[in-house]
Amino acid sequence: LTAALSPQAAMTKLGQWLCGLALLGSAWAALALEPPGLHLPAPLRQALLPLPLYLLVAFGCYSLATVGYRLATFNDCEEAAAELQEHIRAARADLQQRGLRF
Amino acid sequence: MAASGAGKVSVLLPTYNERENLPLVVWLLVRTFQESGNNFEIIIIDDGSPDGTQEIAEQLEKMYGSDKILLRPRPRKLGLGTAYIHGMKHATGNFIVIMDADLSHHVSLYFIKQKEGNFDIVSGTRYKGNGGVYGWDLKRKLISRGANFLTQVLLRPGASDLTGSFRLYRKEVLQKLMEKCVSKGYVFQMEMIVRARQLGYTIGEVPITFVDRVYGESKLGGNEIVSFLKGLLTLFATT
Repeated sequence: LTAALSPQAAMTKLGQWLCGLALLGSAWAALALEPPGLHLPAPLRQALLPLPLYLLVAFGCYSLATVGYRLATFNDCEEAAAELQEHIRAARADLQQRGLRF
Repeated sequence: MAASGAGKVSVLLPTYNERENLPLVVWLLVRTFQESGNNFEIIIIDDGSPDGTQEIAEQLEKMYGSDKILLRPRPRKLGLGTAYIHGMKHATGNFIVIMDADLSHHVSLYFIKQKEGNFDIVSGTRYKGNGGVYGWDLKRKLISRGANFLTQVLLRPGASDLTGSFRLYRKEVLQKLMEKCVSKGYVFQMEMIVRARQLGYTIGEVPITFVDRVYGESKLGGNEIVSFLKGLLTLFATT
């Protein structure tokens, strides 16, 4: 029971993915692959069939766009680098004064 | 007024061939702590560096006192994880700061953030706020962002930067995590955050600037990428 109530703790990420894929996969198969007894309108079935591929491609596009955006907005910290150089200068001067043999 | 043990920081500095950087890092740390008034100690864990790091560490110990600079060397290169375990055994603070002993990390204090939310862990992030990098070419930035994106998708860790290594931990939290973590290298840092989330610890984030190594060589290459991917997939399958 505790495993069911705290799925995050009990299941690995891989496990979660497999469960999720199994769930979605079976739902898709049930609806899209023309099982006997289920009569969906033709356009709906036509849309459902390539859906997994569409989702994959959409995810690929999303990934490229996200990484591209994050790459473009990756901060270059000029000030921080300059400040660090200042600190290093001050440190070397002070340490030398205190007798450190570099 | 807080009791003398409360709010003491132990900084763990594992070093290997950091003869040039070490005095600068120590000087910056001492100055920062003196300005903020925190009680502190710096534990230098040198893995038998051939360049004389230990010798310079001894000079620093004489300069600042052996209550502030603790030398706990090891005979040879034994790895980062064990260096932290070794260092923690000698730490008397109730907070532990882990940072690279090169000058990649701008020395600053995370206690303001920690107090803000009473966090168990405060992690530096290069990817949010005014955090960032300096001296990185496009290729390196792309690899970094790509790897981080993959990590976010696969692990959903709840922290924006998993491979940074400037962190503040409560001592008992770090001890608990060290027991549970098994990876090596970059992946070890990632595993700590993932396990911390699983154990319900709170994580605060602070933007940090990652200035490219001022001295010494950076450790990023094809091998690192492959071992990162292997480690990521291992974490994906086991946590």
